[in-house]
Amino acid sequence: MHHYVGLIVLFPLIGLIVNGLFGRHIRSERVVGWIGSLAVGIPFLVAAAILYGMLGSPVEERSNTVTLFTWIAAGSFQVNAAYQVDQLSILMTLIVTGVGFLIHVYSIGYMHGDRGFWRFFTYLNLFIFAMLNLVLADNYVLMFLGWEGVGLCSYLLIGFWYEKKFAGTSITWTGDAANKAFWVNRIGDFAFMLGMFLIFREFGSLTFSTVMDSASSLAPGNSTMFWITLLLFIGATGKSAQIPLFVWLPDAMAGPTPVSALIHAATMVTAGVYMVARNSLLYALAPDTMMIVAVIGALTAIVAASIGLAQNDIKKVLAYSTVSQLGYMFLALGVGAFTAGIFHVMTHAFFKACLFLGSGSVIHAMHEEQDIRKMGGLAPVMPKTYYTFLISSFAIAGFPPLSGFFSKDEILWSAFSQGSVLLWAVGALAALMTAFYMFRMVTLTFLGTPRWAKDKHPHESPPTMTIPLIVLAFLAVTGGFLGIPAALGGGNALHHWLHPVFERALDRLPTAHEYSHMTEYLFMLVSVVIGVSGFWFGRKIYLANPDADDTFAAKAGGVFRTLSRKYYIDEGYMRGIVNPLVATSDRFLSRVVDTALIDGFVNGLAKVTASFSGVLRLVQTGVVQSYASMIVVGLLLVLGLILLG
Amino acid sequence: MIPISHYLILSAVMFTIGCAGVLTRRNAIIIFMCIELMLNSVNLTFVAFSAYLGDSAGQIIVFFVMAVAAAEAAVGLAIVLALFRNKKSVDINDVNILKW
Repeated sequence: MHHYVGLIVLFPLIGLIVNGLFGRHIRSERVVGWIGSLAVGIPFLVAAAILYGMLGSPVEERSNTVTLFTWIAAGSFQVNAAYQVDQLSILMTLIVTGVGFLIHVYSIGYMHGDRGFWRFFTYLNLFIFAMLNLVLADNYVLMFLGWEGVGLCSYLLIGFWYEKKFAGTSITWTGDAANKAFWVNRIGDFAFMLGMFLIFREFGSLTFSTVMDSASSLAPGNSTMFWITLLLFIGATGKSAQIPLFVWLPDAMAGPTPVSALIHAATMVTAGVYMVARNSLLYALAPDTMMIVAVIGALTAIVAASIGLAQNDIKKVLAYSTVSQLGYMFLALGVGAFTAGIFHVMTHAFFKACLFLGSGSVIHAMHEEQDIRKMGGLAPVMPKTYYTFLISSFAIAGFPPLSGFFSKDEILWSAFSQGSVLLWAVGALAALMTAFYMFRMVTLTFLGTPRWAKDKHPHESPPTMTIPLIVLAFLAVTGGFLGIPAALGGGNALHHWLHPVFERALDRLPTAHEYSHMTEYLFMLVSVVIGVSGFWFGRKIYLANPDADDTFAAKAGGVFRTLSRKYYIDEGYMRGIVNPLVATSDRFLSRVVDTALIDGFVNGLAKVTASFSGVLRLVQTGVVQSYASMIVVGLLLVLGLILLG
Repeated sequence: MIPISHYLILSAVMFTIGCAGVLTRRNAIIIFMCIELMLNSVNLTFVAFSAYLGDSAGQIIVFFVMAVAAAEAAVGLAIVLALFRNKKSVDINDVNILKW
């Protein structure tokens, strides 16, 4: 079955070409929308068929490479357009195409009447095409093509409504937010490239299987491995919005909501997690980097979650929540629980996509209002949106037996058993904050008395929007059953499925302490208590008083302001990095280096040449007779030379 | 029998006169006539050598030169005529408009 992997990538490409070239002339939104949606839906079916084939074959035969053509050949260096179909990539493909399809369908309703309807679907298909190349690539170069491709689509879609204003730190237009995302990602991409160069220098190849085979003979603690993995991880901090490069993601909310759901929550931002998991062997050989990954992940989880406590824009809350959840995934990777990281990628894709689409439904109903302080009491008006949003909120807060409970609990448990108590404590505290801000948001948005203006008439969204919500909510409930831990009598199917991919990495990691099931139950109980108490307080406080934030601001003004202003990180970056860079560029690079030195040199050269030619051109009079005279004189000279010599 | 050197000296004198005329005169028709003079001095050399060496090839080349000269005269005079119609002058100083 795996031979058909080319089709998975082909359909989004067809959709992109058809909508990109002819979409402008197709009158019917439905036609454009369904072309775009089917271009993602069909690959999902193909991927599902491939998965079915893999399930039916023995473990050793599940990983295959399909080479389409030679892309770059230079001497002994060769890069193929080749796709690696294995347990990990097929899982990611299913997530990307499955969630992607639902979001495409949702967009048909959400983008109804937009001037750039066809443009939107073209970009979305381009995104899916790039993302599939990223997850299916069998070498770093093709992966980087996808990596850059999704970055480009992210830029295009954040700035999709380029005429719209968007407020942020030194941001006034959506275009500024798009630029910010692009520039911050460039830093990460640059590190990714350096990492690739190092890999090529070290192993002489950029194909995953060759690199991994050569690396498996190395001993852990190699300093080259440290730099390679660190550079790749810096790449991941850009794409996956980790400290210190996470600042672009909250501003990426300038884009249409389906884009936030698809690119900035479910798929693209998990690319970094996937990339680290794909290189798990290299990371296992660099324990120092693993530690850095775990610490950065834990820090990101708690910093972003605490910022999320004090945001009032429904999408901003979700954005910081995404950053925080991505932090969990990196925490898992950092302690060596690669499966747990990928598991959370999957469950997060379900419930976060559902939450974002739900927020889109709310924004749609409220006529582009995003401030949760001006909402309230929406539950009876839009029940489908409310219940799906509520289910997903329970999932992200970690209520058993919803999907978020299993994946988050596995991460926290791994953080404790394979990492340290401190990492677990940070993760647990972030989990408490997560549950709290989620139910603060749910309460402020849907419950209590309406606070919206009389002239607004909120309404439930059309079926194209609610059906994807219901499907995603269903997945958010059931998605976790793939990874029920052994302690709860589950088989942890996902663990077994992915084990061959991470086998070699796990062999090189120190074995985890064995703890009794009782300890595990205890930690689960703590997780549940954390989730429930976050829910309880979030609901109770904001149901009683929707303006509770003002009370907090009055009582602990400094702390509250710091949180609501995002720890002044954006301001700090502006002051510490952006402004000095701009000032240096303007005053030194532009005026001194460029204007004075480079322009001076080039213009000086031109002036010297001009002054010489000013003299020399006098010889060329333009009078034919004087030229002829020269010829005759020259002839006579030559003749004289011959005759006399 | 006139020695060949006489022919050659006469030819050289004619060529020099023609060359000097081309280089110094400003009247297009006179320049034109000077070119004819140069061509014919070469013709004279060819014929002289042909007779001296008893080889008819030289005389045949002279016919070619005369044919080319006739064609050139036709085109050249046509240009001069067109020039005169436009400029009411055949002075080449009046037609240096392509000069910077």
